[in-house]
Amino acid sequence: MEIPYTVQNRPDTGIYNAKLGIWLFLASEVMLFGGLFSAYVLLRVGAEPGMWPHGWLNVTLGTINTLLLALSAITTLLAWAACKVRDFTKFKIFHACTILLALTFLGIKSYEYHDKLIHYEIALTDGRFADGHLVEESKDFDLTKKTGTVTLHGRIVEDRRELMDLRSPEAQAAKLDEVTIAATDIKKMGNYGPRHNTFTAIYFTLTGLHALHILGGTIVIFYFWAFGGVMWKTDPERFTNRIEVSGLFWHFVDLVWIFLFPVLYLT
Amino acid sequence: MSESEKPVSLQSYVRLCAVVFLVVLCTTSAMIATSFSHLGQGWTLKVTLILAIAVVNAFLVAGYLMHLLSERKLIYTVLAFTVFFFIGLMGLTMWAMNGFPTGTVVH
Repeated sequence: MEIPYTVQNRPDTGIYNAKLGIWLFLASEVMLFGGLFSAYVLLRVGAEPGMWPHGWLNVTLGTINTLLLALSAITTLLAWAACKVRDFTKFKIFHACTILLALTFLGIKSYEYHDKLIHYEIALTDGRFADGHLVEESKDFDLTKKTGTVTLHGRIVEDRRELMDLRSPEAQAAKLDEVTIAATDIKKMGNYGPRHNTFTAIYFTLTGLHALHILGGTIVIFYFWAFGGVMWKTDPERFTNRIEVSGLFWHFVDLVWIFLFPVLYLT
Repeated sequence: MSESEKPVSLQSYVRLCAVVFLVVLCTTSAMIATSFSHLGQGWTLKVTLILAIAVVNAFLVAGYLMHLLSERKLIYTVLAFTVFFFIGLMGLTMWAMNGFPTGTVVH
C-alpha cells in the first residue's frame, strides 16, 4: 500500500505529512523541556541565599560541547543539501561527521558525569566538611562498621557554604591536597550524584534527558547513513525528506543545548 | 514556497553555514565573557545579558538552519500555539514564585 504525501505536499496543509508530524512533535518537546526549565527556575529562586552552587561545572568542556553541537547541526544541514543536489557521496561524508561529533559530545558528557560521581562531600564528626575527588578507599573501608580510611584529592572546610561558590576568590585560592579520613570520623558521605542536592538533581535530569535525545537522534541518523542507500536508489526524493525531518529534530536538540549551557554552566 | 522546496546550491549552503558558525563562536564567547565579568549591576543584569545572547544564538539556528524564516503558514500557526503555552508556563512559574501557602518557611 502506498503511503500518501510522503513526497508530494498535501493540498490542504501545503507540506508533506512527515514535516507536519515532526513540527507537532517538536512543539510537544518544547513543553517537555519547558516544564523542566520551569522547575529549575523555582528551585533556584527558592534556594537559601548562598546555597545555590556556582562554578561547579567545567565551562571549557561545556563550551567544547556547544561548538560540537553547532558543527553537527551544520553538517546535518549540509547532508540534506547534498541530498537535494543528488550527491550521495557528500551526504555520506557530512552525516559521518554528524555521527562522530554526536559521539564526541556524548563522550565528553559521560566524562563530566563520571567526574561528578567520583567527587565526594564528607560531613565530619567535628562539624567540618571534606570535599574532593576519590583517590582510594582502604580494603577494609566500611562506613557502617566504621572501619578503614578513605582518601580524597581536595580540601577540608569549616562551613559548607564555602563549597557552594567555586568561582569565589577564596575557592580559587584554596590549595587542594590528598586528605585521608578515618571512617570513625565520618558522619555522612555522598558523591555529587543526582541526590546530592537540588542543583545536581536538576542538572542530571535536564542534561540526561538531553543526552537521551542526542543518543536517539544519533541512532536514527546512523540508520539513514548505513542503510539509506536502498531508498536513495528507489525514491531519492522521499529519502531527502526523511533527512530533512531527522535534521529538524537534530537542530531542536541543538536549540535546547543553546539554553542549557548558559543556564547550567554560566549563570 | 518554503526554503526547503527551492532549488538548492551546496556552495551557498556552505557559505551560510560558515557565517552561522562564526556568529555562534562569537555569541558563545560573549556569553562566557559576560559570565566571568564583574558587572556592577550584579546577577540579574548578567543573567539577562547571557540569556539575550542565547536567544540570538537560538534565532540563528531556528531561522537559518531550520529554515523557519521562510516556512509555511501552518508551521507558524503550530509554533504560535507552542509559544503561547510556553509563555503561559513560564508566566505561571514567575507568578507562583512569591506565593507560598500559609505557614511555609521562606528562606
